[in-house]
Amino acid sequence: MNTAGTLPTKQVADRRARAARTAPSVSMFWRMLLRAAVLRRRRAAAALLAMVLAAAVATAMMNLYVDVQAKLRTEFRNYGANVIIVAKDGPPLPDDAIAKIESTPGAKMLAVPFSYAVARTQDGRSVVVAGTDFTRARQLNRWWKVSRWPVEPNEALIGMRAASAVTPNRQPFELTFEGKAIHLTPVGMLQTGAGEDSRIYLDQSEFENWTDVAPSTIEVAVSGTTADVEKSIRQFEQILPGADIRPVRQIMEAEANVLNKTRATLYASATLVILTAALCVLATLMGWVFDRRRDFAIMKALGASQRLVNGFFAAEAAALGVVGAIFGFLIGVGVAMWIGRVNFHAPVVPRFSVFPYVLAGSVGVALISAILPIGLLRRLQPAIILRGE
Amino acid sequence: MFPRIVYESFRHQSRRKLLAGIAITLGVAVATAMIAVATDIGDKINRELRSYGANLVVTPQEDTLDVEVGGVNLKPPSDGTFLNEADLPKIHGTFWHNNIVGFSPTLPVTVKVGTSNNSEDVTLLGTYFNKTLHFGKDDFRTGVKITHPWWSVTGSCGDGRPARPGQVRAGQDESRQSCGWPNDDSQEILVGQRLAANLNKHPGDRLEIAGQEVTISGILSTGGAEDDQIVAPLALAQQIIGRPGAVSRVYVSALTKPPDALATRDPKTMTPEVYERWYCSPYVESIAYQLQEVIPHSHAEQIRQVAQNEGTVLSRIKGLMFLVTFGALFASALAVAAAMATSIFERRVEVGLMKALGAGNFAVSAIFFAEALLLAMIGGLAGFTVGALLAHQIGRSIFNSQISIQPVLFPIILAIAVLLTFAGSAAAIRRAVKFDPVFALRGEGQG
Repeated sequence: MNTAGTLPTKQVADRRARAARTAPSVSMFWRMLLRAAVLRRRRAAAALLAMVLAAAVATAMMNLYVDVQAKLRTEFRNYGANVIIVAKDGPPLPDDAIAKIESTPGAKMLAVPFSYAVARTQDGRSVVVAGTDFTRARQLNRWWKVSRWPVEPNEALIGMRAASAVTPNRQPFELTFEGKAIHLTPVGMLQTGAGEDSRIYLDQSEFENWTDVAPSTIEVAVSGTTADVEKSIRQFEQILPGADIRPVRQIMEAEANVLNKTRATLYASATLVILTAALCVLATLMGWVFDRRRDFAIMKALGASQRLVNGFFAAEAAALGVVGAIFGFLIGVGVAMWIGRVNFHAPVVPRFSVFPYVLAGSVGVALISAILPIGLLRRLQPAIILRGE
Repeated sequence: MFPRIVYESFRHQSRRKLLAGIAITLGVAVATAMIAVATDIGDKINRELRSYGANLVVTPQEDTLDVEVGGVNLKPPSDGTFLNEADLPKIHGTFWHNNIVGFSPTLPVTVKVGTSNNSEDVTLLGTYFNKTLHFGKDDFRTGVKITHPWWSVTGSCGDGRPARPGQVRAGQDESRQSCGWPNDDSQEILVGQRLAANLNKHPGDRLEIAGQEVTISGILSTGGAEDDQIVAPLALAQQIIGRPGAVSRVYVSALTKPPDALATRDPKTMTPEVYERWYCSPYVESIAYQLQEVIPHSHAEQIRQVAQNEGTVLSRIKGLMFLVTFGALFASALAVAAAMATSIFERRVEVGLMKALGAGNFAVSAIFFAEALLLAMIGGLAGFTVGALLAHQIGRSIFNSQISIQPVLFPIILAIAVLLTFAGSAAAIRRAVKFDPVFALRGEGQG
């Protein structure tokens, strides 16, 4: 620009006329944008930093909000089965019921068979004996306090109360069912505080060899939302028409209750945090733009139209918003993953679906904070600004 | 002179000060609300977790084995030992009685229902529905309505009150809770929904149990074994087996603290100090121990499915809120810093003038810090008020209960506000002070 003074007047007039007719040179526009960033890098960096941090906080919050449901649902599955399948009077459940249940498409699930019989001890007392798949039961009922899981044949898991009644000094004992006797070693003690404490658990195949009783109950833990669970229940009804399929209301209602409250709290918190972050960007950027009122005045004094000046500042803000959103998103995802590791001991999956929102929000806030001060400045004469008043 | 400069600065730049003040107020408000919510969330979620039902069960010490498959009790009814119903109100006298949300005794008995030639053995569960008990001068209510919140009853409103769904508050289904539930002192019963379908009975029908005529006040749906059972007032069950005052189980729902290393230690091996700390912490183990103390010949045990898992869920949610609060504090700090930096940067000319008139670096920064302190105090006070209201609103709309703001939070919030404002201003003040007065007065040298 400083060569303008040495040019012949006609040429300058020509240029001005051309500039008025056609759009201003694109390369000039970019150069101004770039120079603005390079020359005032400290303030530009401060504005960018605010933008990045705000975008990062917003990303982390949104990521957590989207992901926390899934995370908490996994925690809730530690409460055990949420669907129980019971054979109605009459035909027992088919042998391949477990395989059929677990192969239903959709939600992830874990099914554990249980079969029950009332056996007699040597002194004639009744005790409930249950057969199950220990590997699965262990996965499903994580709250079971078990001193040792049986592995060998003829080893039994014995409930605390059953133990004190059947074999107080943990000696091998004998049980009879319909005249057939079985000799068992109590290898592990089971403590749950509920009905399981009064039972003796055997491996399913061993139990069936002894009693000929097939599994009558299948406990299923279906992961997913209430809708997923209901869909699975309908699927089970088609696979096992002869069975009675019930959701465990105690588990499902409480889970929904706690989950909704947590989500609502997180939603409120995330909104507050994101608003605060936006406020921070607004304050920084407005200050930045306000500070450059001289640039604004010079541009206008040199004949730039209001539209061009608006466009220039808007483009600058948008660029800042985009760059801030990209870096902020990366940092935010990192923070969310860290929180997932620290708090849930499981990684939070980066949700790229959040990015458009962060981007739109960043650019939007940046544009607002650029346009607002411009609106105030346009009422002033460039001369007044340049005089420093 | 010093107070006058500060005063005049506030008077003449009221708009700019207002903007900075608003930023501080909003930042502090968000911080206050988040801290209040985060400190209280444990208690709130703990209460929500009580919807999983009882986490403790009290049984007679010399209890016989349960012989029960799929909710059908195969044990002879008079078999076994019992707890005494008269001991139950003492639960309200334990050290942690404020943490005990409710309890319900149960007494299962086997009865025959149906016509004389086609009768069926059914378990009748005697319990409290919503009974008023007295302990000392206190009256309190307890029963399955509190301990088993997932039980739902459909029935007619016996006393002619229609269900008024329009007046039901969100989350608190009052009409469902009051209609169809039997009175604890009546001969009314609930019938499980599958049993009711089998017997073809409806609310209001009469039923003969063990030679007595009773009224079905509602149909019970639980999704558990009770769907095949009859649930009746405790007194009725005691009458049927001819043992007044007998109770075979007491389910207790208590607010507990997540277990840690101390919780699982055996109280017998503790030193007196450790024992006292253990006894005075609401661990599920110590509450069980205290229940055993007040109810003679009893054994209290945690229901591990409920008790063990709630600790994990609780600590996850608390941890999450803690981290989110951290995020909120960070964002507030940024907002306050940004506002302060902007407001100071714009006053370079003033700095130049002060320095040209002979003010030292110290005097200039003292003025700025004094202004920041004043702003922080005003903003902190306003922010605390707004934040308290915000927390109150969050508590009301989400948890249907108050979020209590500890008074001790106020000085902490004020300190945080001052700290945030100072930290936010420090960099800007340093740069303003370093400024060469000549350039500043000429209006140059930005950036």
